Amino acid sequence: MTDLSLHIPDTGPASDEAGLRDYWQLLKPRLMSLSVFTALVGLVIAPGGVHPFLGATSILWIALGAGASGALNMWFDADIDRVMKRTRSRPIPSGRVEPSDALALGLFLSVLSVVMLGLTANWVAAFWLAFTIFFYTVIYSMWLKRTTSWNTVIGGLAGAFPPMIGWAAATGSTPLDAWLLVALIFMWTPPHFWALALFVRMDYHVARIPMLTVTHGRDATRRQAFLYAVGLAVVSLATALSGIGGPLTLAVAVVLNGVFLKGAWDMWRRTDAEADADGHAAEKALFKWSLVYLFVHFAVFVVEAALHPYGGW
Amino acid sequence: MHRDHELHTRRKGRNFGLLAVLLAFIVLIFGLTVVKIQTGGFAEAFDHVSRPAIVPQDAVPEVSE
Repeated sequence: MTDLSLHIPDTGPASDEAGLRDYWQLLKPRLMSLSVFTALVGLVIAPGGVHPFLGATSILWIALGAGASGALNMWFDADIDRVMKRTRSRPIPSGRVEPSDALALGLFLSVLSVVMLGLTANWVAAFWLAFTIFFYTVIYSMWLKRTTSWNTVIGGLAGAFPPMIGWAAATGSTPLDAWLLVALIFMWTPPHFWALALFVRMDYHVARIPMLTVTHGRDATRRQAFLYAVGLAVVSLATALSGIGGPLTLAVAVVLNGVFLKGAWDMWRRTDAEADADGHAAEKALFKWSLVYLFVHFAVFVVEAALHPYGGW
Repeated sequence: MHRDHELHTRRKGRNFGLLAVLLAFIVLIFGLTVVKIQTGGFAEAFDHVSRPAIVPQDAVPEVSE
């Protein structure tokens, strides 16, 4: 028998061959974890019960659909990723994964996740998962991201759908309460991302991506972040007063939005020079609070749902 | 003594990873089948057996003793 290893050099392309971790990275696990969490909340708080095994597998397919979107996004954005520092080490620009492999993986997982969610839960949920993948890949990645500075706002809609898909998986319908969850994440995304964009000076200009900080300036970004924080507070209070809310949600929402608005206000009412002087303390504080905000807000929906038998609105 | 090249080790890891994913998928499909049959979702849609649960009460003839 021939020992192939004798003919393979110790360095070179061999060490660049993709491992499982590279394919895992293609699925954007951080974004997947957000989708899993919000979809799980949507599924749990939806009225009626769902078999635990069917619920868990539905969440798995939603996560897989989110991962498929990530792979398709990385396939299409490989040229951008190659020129930006933050993304240069991703599997495709670093040469570890072939673009065609990423495309094949993305398409395969898209079909698999949608079909399996349809068979596991229902076709309403499957439709919205397919729409989300389409929206993130075609509308956001291929179109908006490279053409308009509102890419963050409209593209954020793709990340907002998972709780509604979870709800649809449990009930087969998408009532107003489920759309309120979508609206909450939709309004949350811009100030969350713009706070990050203000303190991590990303090199979007190198890749010619029209981010708001580049096209309209950093002061305009600060103002827009505050305006969206106001909109977020309105939606948040609407959820607290809706069927998924209750007294506890209202109390928590008041605190969460109070701190968020104060943070967004502080970020707006200062200049870049002031931000540079204190190491972007306000921007970092708002970004961190936005993470706490989303987690606590969605967690309290679950607690409220558990408390509903004992009273609610 | 044979020593695996780093490439072989990496491929082996990838192949075993893929095996684990495929096995997990099989277990998942089997579990889904069991749960679907238990909850009757698919069976009810395609069987050809009358189901008393969906027959209107008025249509059920009374049985005289």
